[in-house]
Amino acid sequence: MNTPRKLKVATTSLAGCFGCHMSLLDIDERILDLLQLVEFDRSPITDIKHCSACDIGIIEGGVCNAENVHVLREFRANCKILVAMGACAVNGGLPAQRNHLQLHEILTAVYATEGGLASGVQIPNDPELPLPLNQVHPIHEVVKVDYFLPGCPPSADAIWKFLTDLIAGRTPHLGHGLIHYD
Amino acid sequence: MSDQTFTLDDQEIPFAPGQSVMQAALDAGVFVPHLCYHPEFRPHGSCKLCTVKINGRPATSCTTPAAAGLNVESNTPEILDKRRTLLQMLLVEGNHFCPSCEKSGHCKLQALGYELGVMTPHFNLIYPDRPVDASHPDVLLDFNRCILCELCIRASAEVDKKNVFSLSGRGITKHLIVNAESGRLADTDFALTDKAAQVCPVGVILPKKQGFSIPIGRRRYDAASMSAHVDEFKPTAKVQEERP
Amino acid sequence: MRGRGGAGFTTGLKWEACRNAPGKTRYVICNADEGEPGTFKDRVLLTRQPDLVFEGMTVAAYVTGASKGYVYLRGEYRYLLEPLNAVLARRRQDNLLGKGILGRSGFDFEIEVHMGAGAYICGEESALIESLEGKRGVPRNRPPFPVTNGFLNQPTVVNNVETLAAAALIAAKGGDWFKSFGTAKSSGTKILSISGDCERPGIYEYPFGVTVRQVLEECGAKATQAVQISGPSGICIGPDEFDRRIAFEDIPTAGSFMIFDIRRDIFEVVRNFINFFAHESCGFCTPCRVGTTLLKNMMEKIAAGHGTRYDLDEIYKLNRVMQSAAHCGLGHTAGNPLVHTLEKFRPAYERRLKSLEFEPAFDLDAALSQARQMTRRDDSAAHFDSAQENA
Repeated sequence: MNTPRKLKVATTSLAGCFGCHMSLLDIDERILDLLQLVEFDRSPITDIKHCSACDIGIIEGGVCNAENVHVLREFRANCKILVAMGACAVNGGLPAQRNHLQLHEILTAVYATEGGLASGVQIPNDPELPLPLNQVHPIHEVVKVDYFLPGCPPSADAIWKFLTDLIAGRTPHLGHGLIHYD
Repeated sequence: MSDQTFTLDDQEIPFAPGQSVMQAALDAGVFVPHLCYHPEFRPHGSCKLCTVKINGRPATSCTTPAAAGLNVESNTPEILDKRRTLLQMLLVEGNHFCPSCEKSGHCKLQALGYELGVMTPHFNLIYPDRPVDASHPDVLLDFNRCILCELCIRASAEVDKKNVFSLSGRGITKHLIVNAESGRLADTDFALTDKAAQVCPVGVILPKKQGFSIPIGRRRYDAASMSAHVDEFKPTAKVQEERP
Repeated sequence: MRGRGGAGFTTGLKWEACRNAPGKTRYVICNADEGEPGTFKDRVLLTRQPDLVFEGMTVAAYVTGASKGYVYLRGEYRYLLEPLNAVLARRRQDNLLGKGILGRSGFDFEIEVHMGAGAYICGEESALIESLEGKRGVPRNRPPFPVTNGFLNQPTVVNNVETLAAAALIAAKGGDWFKSFGTAKSSGTKILSISGDCERPGIYEYPFGVTVRQVLEECGAKATQAVQISGPSGICIGPDEFDRRIAFEDIPTAGSFMIFDIRRDIFEVVRNFINFFAHESCGFCTPCRVGTTLLKNMMEKIAAGHGTRYDLDEIYKLNRVMQSAAHCGLGHTAGNPLVHTLEKFRPAYERRLKSLEFEPAFDLDAALSQARQMTRRDDSAAHFDSAQENA
């Protein structure tokens, strides 16, 4: 019997803190088991810069700027299953706490009126820099998302259970103790 | 307890005269999800998380009087799905950022989300602008998390006899306000010892000078789910303080 | 007679239940909070036939043993207050109100007009009673019902203006006379408030059982695309159904009859209705408070050309939850105009959709507007070209 094809998995962090990726690494030696089942495509772990056709895409972080949108769309276009991992991807999280403020107020405060700024500081406008969106959004408001794994971050055990379910073809089910919003 | 019963998901539930369907179920140790219900207060019926089907028709179990022979459906896929949707509505209506909330781990909205397996707010988030009120020396009001259960309003009016809280606006703009000319909690006679300071199911009314005092893993709903705490919600229960 | 306010509860049973309920004082309330979009018949009755309405209240008081009556008058009808009070004063003088009405000892009844403040929800009888008591207009939990625990927790009948006017006529002319109009299951006549695309809008009175087609012909409606009957929460029908009848057994109505001809955009009509419900939701229960706004936001997304089939499915999902879990009729029926027209006028929606499975909830390019302005950038990376991105 042939061993099943390894699933291709891509991961990225948008407006997140990489805490979810750290939690993924917290599965410790189980990562060796995981690598028996999957190979990583685009991911901070591989440093591959662009996504090719994948089975599973895992997104950490919400959408706060134009680049986040481009990356998210690249993932959606290439991944059969797209997963929102962590509080920020699920509901915007900490970055979305700016949402009750107007972006122009924030930029003005940070680059113009705040104390301690060097003279002549301007709002950066280099075309290389992605423009921030008026508000931070969870990823399900920008693309269709198939599964959600909340938590800040989701624990290593939650990520392990979620991924092993998904890889085995089971609908992921966390249950009490693993499902967390914090 | 009378010998009259009704059926809830194939289980016979005895009830005393005057009890609601939910009170009788909780008394029998059967958990029915709820947020605006509190054993020490009259049923309110606004959160709708306790929605069931009674004799095939949707009903609010906290306000429907128990009656002999009722056929109550509660834990069916259809009803659980509706409850999930209702909870998701609450999640998108307010600003619920659990990682930065002192009530996390003690919050009924969160615990019910876990109970129902709500993995996403699903709808598009509204992100309302709701400034906090930090004016009071002992209590912080973070309106971002308000789910409009009116328990603080009821407790302040009925138990504390202070009428500190009220409602303003309607529809999605409806919001909790403080009954003071200035609108500030500091300009009322509200006290940390008030009943109204103890009943918030979410993280709106918080004591100052403390926070995150119980480590993750030992908080109320870390160890056991909301349904496992069913005894606390019995009509006869001596209710623990909601304060973390 | 069944009530003319929309729900169609049998008036006699309501009065009987009130009379038989234990209580210190009984109340008769005339629901003149005529707020359903497209209805204005109560205003005309109160303007032209106020005596008939007060007579009906007095009959109700005689039957139920009520001693006090209130007319809960829509805030926008403030200008009717003085004329109505003048009629009440005259009736008092004529001993048609007050102590020992028409010499019958013990038949004491007084009527007072109470102004509403313009909230649609206060047309719901228990919210009306809350408002009359000086509280927020929020529908009560039922049971108990107003007939046993109404105004000030006393037995109370709440009737529509038209119901009370008809009751006065029945008292004068008898039940057989009343039953000589209408159908077997819907006795009497119904006053329709006809508005919209027709030559002769206004108030029409028909025996129950009249077809929609006949009404349309007689008011001079041409090229009619749709009729919204009984207000936004009622039913929307197209030409295929114009032979249906106005009657409790077919199309029940409180009287609103809005005509839209082929020039009208049904999607925009519905969007207006949905905005109305979001604005008028009292905010008490979760499904209505949040659900009406989510529906409104979805309609805005579709209107902006960003809608998808996914959004239409979401509308159905929300409607199911609101229908089954909302606290009162507003929330139960707020999605009606959407689901009725999604069924009967689906192309009005589909032609606005992007032919994609999923579109962002918000306008991505517009979401960069503030940053563009602040950085004075207008390069290609400062914009989203959605046509390219969605390949």
